[in-house]
Amino acid sequence: MEALMSAIVGVLTACGVYLMLRGRTFPVVLGLTLLTYAVNLFLFSSGRLAIGVPPIIQEQASGYADPLPQALVLTAIVISFAMTAFVIMLSLKARAELGNDQVDGRSEGGEVS
Amino acid sequence: MSHLIIAPVLLPLLAGTLLLLSRRVLSLEVRRWLNLTVVAAQVVLAAMLLVAVGTGDILTYRLGNWPAPYGILLVADRLAVWMLLITALLACFALLYAVRGTDRGSRHFHPMFQLQLFGLNGAFLTGDLFNLFVFFEILLLASYGLMVHGGGAQRVRAGLHFVVLNLAGSTLFLFAAGTLYGVLGTLNMADLAVKVAATPPEDLGPVRAAGLLLFGVFALKAALIPLHLWLPAAYAATSAPVAALFAIMTKVGAYCLLRVGTLIFGPEAGTLGGLYDDWLLPLALVTLLMGSLGVLAAVELRRQVAYLVVVSIGLLLIAFGLGSQAGIGAGLYYLANTSFATAAFFLLADIIAQARGARQDRLDPGPPIGSAGVVGGFFFITALLVVGLPPLSGFLGKFLVLRAALADPAWPWVLGLVLVTGLLGLVALARSGSLLFLRAAGPLEAAPPSVAALIPVAGLLALCLALLIWAGPLVGFAAATADQVLHPGAYVQAVLHPTAAGGTP
Repeated sequence: MEALMSAIVGVLTACGVYLMLRGRTFPVVLGLTLLTYAVNLFLFSSGRLAIGVPPIIQEQASGYADPLPQALVLTAIVISFAMTAFVIMLSLKARAELGNDQVDGRSEGGEVS
Repeated sequence: MSHLIIAPVLLPLLAGTLLLLSRRVLSLEVRRWLNLTVVAAQVVLAAMLLVAVGTGDILTYRLGNWPAPYGILLVADRLAVWMLLITALLACFALLYAVRGTDRGSRHFHPMFQLQLFGLNGAFLTGDLFNLFVFFEILLLASYGLMVHGGGAQRVRAGLHFVVLNLAGSTLFLFAAGTLYGVLGTLNMADLAVKVAATPPEDLGPVRAAGLLLFGVFALKAALIPLHLWLPAAYAATSAPVAALFAIMTKVGAYCLLRVGTLIFGPEAGTLGGLYDDWLLPLALVTLLMGSLGVLAAVELRRQVAYLVVVSIGLLLIAFGLGSQAGIGAGLYYLANTSFATAAFFLLADIIAQARGARQDRLDPGPPIGSAGVVGGFFFITALLVVGLPPLSGFLGKFLVLRAALADPAWPWVLGLVLVTGLLGLVALARSGSLLFLRAAGPLEAAPPSVAALIPVAGLLALCLALLIWAGPLVGFAAATADQVLHPGAYVQAVLHPTAAGGTP
């Protein structure tokens, strides 16, 4: 499970970074979203991976899952969700104001609009 | 233990919410007064806290009274409160400028202004790495809104870059926090300090990686080279009061570098102690040089001032990078001076741009400026403060940094670069001043600036004057702060093992 988890985090991060380096706003937003997914999974696994163990005290429990990373992930998810919503709105506004969807506001020919 | 520590965090949150909800009920005039009152109250709160921590006590506030390291924790020491006071004073004058009409640009200027302060105050007071991230996000989200406040193509483009870069930075922050938690099992900064010092050898690699990731994140916030490229565009494009408030934003990065660099990876951290030392000073020196070249090359006044912010962060981090008590103390004194002076310069650049009509703030001979004597006088004083010429507080700050640098093996580099870049800044600002004021010709193109616009600038300059007049006690305070920062044992003690007297809220 550890190998699978690290592979997923790695692939998501790689895709996120690649997309973030693209020139148009849509891939950049998508890349940011993938990066936040990757970091959420990473944070989640920082409390060690365990299956079927309770996070709060139970009489017959053999071990416990660490509840703190789960709380951290929850916070991170909420924040990244808000940030994604904001960056989408900003991209739309930039598309409207600049007349194209290039991140630096230049059209294909390189002119500043 | 009083609840005073949490007041600078709660007050702007409540005020921001109130301002947001009351938009349809209260008139703009009332909301302006409300906002101004709350910001003034934050100055008072910060001053009260300053008195409380002035004796060298480290005050802690545990939310819900959970014992450290489990609960959420606020810590007020000299460094945090010094930053709080600078922020509140800066915000006061930035808002005073904004209420003259800039705040009409969008509907939510006032709530966002308060939420920005909420994030800033929280970031300075928090004693927990994850909450530092949360407060970063709060201050950034508010700053995104303020940044594009008023709209316009240039502003939106610069804002988009600012947002995307900072989101990438936040992701790195989370990776670093996750790694630290995964290895050490805590995120409380004092507890981290203890655990990092006792890291087993096989875990040194991940902890070092996480520490350097954090360095990257804070360097991005502080606009340290090579992560400084977002700053000039963003600060030059945004509206003047927002840019003035943002003068403290880069200092948040510098604050975090100092806090994490001395507390978690500090002199008492064993093998990982001094993790940032190899990086901070060289990068700060390069930042100073590149910023100065930017100042020389700028063709608009606002962009020039934005590069001056890069220059000031370079000098500030040189002072912090020296790592000595004298260096950090000098840096903390210089930090106050440079925040006020660059903020005043942003406001002044806006006044000049408005008074020149269609020419705006482009640095070429244009129409004269109404009441040029007064505006030019302010320009002259601000330039002296920013470049660091005698007899003003800018000089004193720079002198203290240079004197502290003499004890460092790298002193030829520091002295050489600081003096040369000072000269470059002087040349650039003298050129700007003569182009804007002396070589102006033709009829006036716009109304002369009103007195009300100049009051906030005068106020910020008066603060710099106060820094000079009370230089003795303030430098003493900065030195005591540096001493406290360099001996994190007391911080750890206050957080993890509070005595009955210093203890529960």
